[in-house]
Amino acid sequence: MSATLTAPVPSTPSARPTSASQGKKTSTGWGDWIFENLTLIFALSILAIAAAIAWQLFKNSALARHAFGWSFLTKQIWDPVAEDFGALPFIFGTLVSSALALMIAIPLGVGVAIFLSELAPRRISDACAFLIELLAAIPSVVYGLIGIFVLVPVMRTHVQPFLIKTLGFLPFFRGPAYGVGMLTAAVVLAIMIVPFIVSISREIFLSVPAPLKEAAMALGATHWEVVRLAVLPYSRSGIAGAVFLALGRALGETMAVTMVIGNVPRIAASLLAPGYTMAAVLANEFTEATSDLYVHTLIEIGLVLFVITILANAIGRLILYKMAPDAEAH
Amino acid sequence: MRRFFIGLMSVGLIASSSLAWADALLVNGAGATFPYPIYSKWFDEYHKNHPEIQFNYQSIGSGGGIRQITAKTVDFGASDGPMTDAQLQTAEGWTILHFPTVLGGDVPAYNIEGVTDKINFTQRAISEIFLGKITKWNDPEIQSSNPDIKLPDAAIVVVHRSDGSGTTYCWTDFLSKISPEWKSKVGKGTSVNWPVGLGGKGNEGVAGLIKQTPNSIGYVELIYATQNNITYGRLQNKAGKFVNCTLASVSEAAASVADKMPADFRVSITNPPGADAYPASTFTWLLIYKTQVNKDKGQALIDFLKWMLTDGQKFTQDLGYAPLPPQVVEMEKSAIEKIKFQ
Repeated sequence: MSATLTAPVPSTPSARPTSASQGKKTSTGWGDWIFENLTLIFALSILAIAAAIAWQLFKNSALARHAFGWSFLTKQIWDPVAEDFGALPFIFGTLVSSALALMIAIPLGVGVAIFLSELAPRRISDACAFLIELLAAIPSVVYGLIGIFVLVPVMRTHVQPFLIKTLGFLPFFRGPAYGVGMLTAAVVLAIMIVPFIVSISREIFLSVPAPLKEAAMALGATHWEVVRLAVLPYSRSGIAGAVFLALGRALGETMAVTMVIGNVPRIAASLLAPGYTMAAVLANEFTEATSDLYVHTLIEIGLVLFVITILANAIGRLILYKMAPDAEAH
Repeated sequence: MRRFFIGLMSVGLIASSSLAWADALLVNGAGATFPYPIYSKWFDEYHKNHPEIQFNYQSIGSGGGIRQITAKTVDFGASDGPMTDAQLQTAEGWTILHFPTVLGGDVPAYNIEGVTDKINFTQRAISEIFLGKITKWNDPEIQSSNPDIKLPDAAIVVVHRSDGSGTTYCWTDFLSKISPEWKSKVGKGTSVNWPVGLGGKGNEGVAGLIKQTPNSIGYVELIYATQNNITYGRLQNKAGKFVNCTLASVSEAAASVADKMPADFRVSITNPPGADAYPASTFTWLLIYKTQVNKDKGQALIDFLKWMLTDGQKFTQDLGYAPLPPQVVEMEKSAIEKIKFQ
């Protein structure tokens, strides 16, 4: 039976007197009125911008939606000359590269965060955290260039042949070792999203209440068991939030991915095969798209990416809610 | 002290605002990326000779150039592929004229372990490599035209452009002319459905992939192959000869079809009949409205075109572009007379 410890949540009395408790509204004049409504306008404007983006994407993809209908999401062909388009290879590429990147980045990121918060001396922890946050500041084009000139040769000459030799019996590691491909793109994406996971997770681990950890130690837990029993369950919702932030970045990442993924609109089981993502095809083909149908098709791909990002976040929020219904307390 | 600084600031503001009122006629254009280096050079040189006129060019791609000139958001466009009849129709009754400016050529660049010589590619060989039907370097079709070169028994990795481009348009136009199978299966365009191969972004992306990937082959503009020291092969032209891509052979391609040049200059010069002509050559065009609404800008464009055809052509060779053949220059000089003011 796994024991998890959760701290009792004290109920705090509300600080601001409300009309319900006092019977009259407290107000200090027009300053408050402006403050409340200005912030309301700011909040609504964010929603309005998102809605406007969605509307523009929907409106400007009309030709493509009428020409292809729902089959656009299931077709695999991408032929600009015959003007026959299908988005499935790109959807597959985006989802697979992001999922792989998360699979690499989550254990790595959480592990680094645990090390920095629990095991490392404070000064080293602060210095490393700063350096890791610098990783997030590097422009994605630079990641793409490092990918092409450093990572791709390493993948082609060492990593991919090794994988083919040892794991080649699995369908995921077959095919020629190009260097570029889905796995390389996933590795680059993982490096790009690790800083988000590390910095947020570390902050959360550091904010775990000391009584919680001390209680676990008092029960005889080892250092790892303290982390497993006290720190991680407390931080679950925070880590999940960090993961979805990272996923959002991975889904939309364009330049770094297009430089290392091989840009081939084909679905393949092998991780060593080249692929294509929605953001990459938009970046590559938008400037030269001459016919209206071509442009509308690319905008429809933008719409699909928009919807998928929203769905991923919505599903994430749902899972979060199911996992920790009292997450709002954190 | 404070009054001194306030005075200094106001003098500075007045001086800068008077600079802002200096009149340079601004002529805006947008389009193809392939001729961007030579256009930058030209506009810079022209501005030195005519400081009252400033050309501003944005290399957003041929597709963008065609769209912007049709929408009249720019004064001139530029494209590596001529506008189709359907595209010309969308200009709503206004006529857009094409003016060839320079010539360029696509070369088959490759990176084969142990091979530094130039490989001769027959028309069948090059089209079947890109169709994915020839998969090994020591295939008899390639080896037979290269008896002195030991080609390895290695799989060919094809590299193509992932972004839309005039370079792709020229290459696929060439393949469509030499291979009926390519024409029906893939066709020509700035972006196509490639049967095989990895995609690199831009000429530089393709060059980078070729340099890094052993036993790879791709197509790039001549200047990218020469500047990156990538070996490139010879293509077999329509006359059956294996021709190396040089500025002379590219100009020869244009000259060999000059007598059949249509009046609107919308011509494809791939696979031309000339004996020494390089088969994967292309013009690049400026797109200008026949009827100019703004008299000053129209006159600036006319003067620039005349300069481009005479003095401008001197700058092309240093930047790796082939100059226009004399017959085409003469035809263009008379075509410029077609531009009228409203």
